[in-house]
Amino acid sequence: MRRFAKSVLAVVLLALGIHNSLAKDTGRIFVSNEKSNTVTVLDGKTYAPVATVRTGKRPRDIKLSADRTRLYVACGDDNRIDVIDVAKLAVVDSIRGIDEPEVFDLGPGDRQMFVSNEDDGELSIIDLQTKKVTKSIKVGGEPEGVMVSLDGATVYVASEAASLVHVVDVASGTIKADIPVGSRPRRFAQSPDGKEVWVSAEVEGTVYVIDAARNAVANKIEFQPRGFRRDDIRPVGLKLTRDGATAYVTLGAANRVAVVDARTKEVRDYILVGSRPWDLTLSRDESRLFVANGASDDITLIDAKVGKVIRSVPVGRSPHSVAIDD
Amino acid sequence: MIKWLLKHTPQSFRVGAKRRARNPGQLAHVALDSGLAPLARPGMTAVGLSAVLLILSFPLVPMAAEKMVIGYVDQVDDPRHEDRTGFGGILLEQRGRAYDGAKLAMGDLSMVGRALDIEFELVEGRAEAPDAIGAAANKLRNERGARFILIDAAADALIAAKRGTPDALLFNIAADADALRGADCQPHLMHLFPSLAMRTDALVQFIVARKWRDILVLEGPDVQDREAVRALEHSAKRFGARIVSKRPFVLGSDPRERDQNNLALLTTGSYDVVFVADESREVARFLPYQTLSPRPIIGAAGLTAEAWHWAWDRDGGANLSRRFKRLAQRPMRGEDWAAWIGVKAIIEAVMRTRTTEFAKVSGHLKSGDFRVDGSKGQALTFRPWDNQLRQPIQLATTDAVIAQAPFPQFLHRTENLDTLGADRPDTTCRFPAGSPNR
Repeated sequence: MRRFAKSVLAVVLLALGIHNSLAKDTGRIFVSNEKSNTVTVLDGKTYAPVATVRTGKRPRDIKLSADRTRLYVACGDDNRIDVIDVAKLAVVDSIRGIDEPEVFDLGPGDRQMFVSNEDDGELSIIDLQTKKVTKSIKVGGEPEGVMVSLDGATVYVASEAASLVHVVDVASGTIKADIPVGSRPRRFAQSPDGKEVWVSAEVEGTVYVIDAARNAVANKIEFQPRGFRRDDIRPVGLKLTRDGATAYVTLGAANRVAVVDARTKEVRDYILVGSRPWDLTLSRDESRLFVANGASDDITLIDAKVGKVIRSVPVGRSPHSVAIDD
Repeated sequence: MIKWLLKHTPQSFRVGAKRRARNPGQLAHVALDSGLAPLARPGMTAVGLSAVLLILSFPLVPMAAEKMVIGYVDQVDDPRHEDRTGFGGILLEQRGRAYDGAKLAMGDLSMVGRALDIEFELVEGRAEAPDAIGAAANKLRNERGARFILIDAAADALIAAKRGTPDALLFNIAADADALRGADCQPHLMHLFPSLAMRTDALVQFIVARKWRDILVLEGPDVQDREAVRALEHSAKRFGARIVSKRPFVLGSDPRERDQNNLALLTTGSYDVVFVADESREVARFLPYQTLSPRPIIGAAGLTAEAWHWAWDRDGGANLSRRFKRLAQRPMRGEDWAAWIGVKAIIEAVMRTRTTEFAKVSGHLKSGDFRVDGSKGQALTFRPWDNQLRQPIQLATTDAVIAQAPFPQFLHRTENLDTLGADRPDTTCRFPAGSPNR
């Protein structure tokens, strides 16, 4: 009888688990708010707030797990990564003892997390099963952007203070190249074939395109929206479309998103958004672009096909990153 | 041969080489071609392993890696490095040697040395007295080969040092005298610390942008107080503020001098804001909330103009101040920032020119192409007419940066940062003909 009860319980738990996984593809939009210490959850169709999830202090980068059941949140001022259950919309776990995490990326199969530690100038590799740091690699000062290559073999780290992109070999945990780029490199994107690594150089006001095979700079993209001086152009966020045809670049103080022909590297358009846009995310079908405006506490929704702003949606204080469960 | 073998040796096995380098990141790897090629490190090979064994069994041969020495000179027991204290030994402000700022930048940028295959080294020279600053700089130049030297000294010592070290580029990290950027300017003296004029211009821009145009000036007895008031008068004229009254004050409680020592009597009349010049701080720090009219204080108390304030939390500022505090065990100040940006500027120029050659690096620093990130938002550059580093100025209370000048109400035709300090048409600096400036 007791055994029967146990198996009933198991079935119920299993059903709950299935229920949880059914919560995927909700279309919900998650936005981390650096100064509110929350993640705002918006409905994917109406953009009405669904929930506000309290997190650790200074939540910055956020990423969904591959199965989209969990949302990882880097909480810089609490030295931890919070894990939000996407179905429950609550923090259910934390990975602690991570020095000042800012930006991170997940390795293939979500086995490993790669985190930049601003204060220590390190890249930490975290085993997501054991939630332990397995390796810390010394990099240049103020590391920010972190990106895992498509094949998972390489991690790129941007050192803001040293203006370098470090190319880290994941298997050996060593740096295999240091690539000098423009002043204050921030974030990465990669072409769908993995041949190009794009990195924004905020203070230089440019985007560098690195040839991933040679670990050398192949192109430099400059921006000249009308009526702006060079110092108002501060590119940070980057996103490339899956067909490799278009890149979107947020320009910070210029309050614009640049639309770049990713093949010719020519800037096609500038779209006016909110104040100090940094992170941006495309919906799965790439029809909508969401831009986090850090200095106007809102996100701008852009119709990516026509390059027009649809609306802006207020979120918490100083929105940092956007993720979509779709 | 040995260099070739080293190139093909994995880093973790370069024990012998590490003994010779100050830092394992500064070893020779692969020669860089021109442009932006990176440094590639081949994986461990049998050749590599045998190379190590080979090297370990032979006498050490000097590495071919280029070396660049950055100098740093200050004075032993300089009173400016001591904590600022008030009556009764109350700690008002923690201070210290700005050398920690230079050291911090060396750590931040150590990976650049590895990427460029250049060994950067910071060497310090300590002078026993202000008049020995020049000799200490010259010694670093002659004995250590330092041709880029940061100097923490007063204006007079800087001028003497420049004369004594002719073929080096000196960087002023602490002296704010406007004359150093004017009549006493020198082609090989760069200014990382903002001038006094830049700081009073920032304050006056701030108040005029708020339409607080009428200023009551309280002037202390020190020479620096007189200089500060002179700079303020110039700034007021430049941005359209009015000085409604200028009153000297003295420290004391003698009733016969109460018009000069009583804060209420000193602050009678009609004005929008009080500017107080008080190097001693002993009057300024008691001025807020003691004025006869409820008016804000700027200058030596209330809202102060700084090259760097630890409360700046944008553009990586919080991170920079925290790194500094970890290293120096005290908050980061303007002079610390100036030393940090100095080392950063020098290494940045080497990184962009891909050489340590003095003429090329100093030429690049002064060129319109040079830009460096100082965690104050925009890129920083040097003014060709007086070698001053253009930079935003932080206006701060005790625990918050209220605003960063310049302000959009005061646009400049080409470069908004030139609304702070001596602009090209106003400069009194005349570099000698044939000097390397543009």
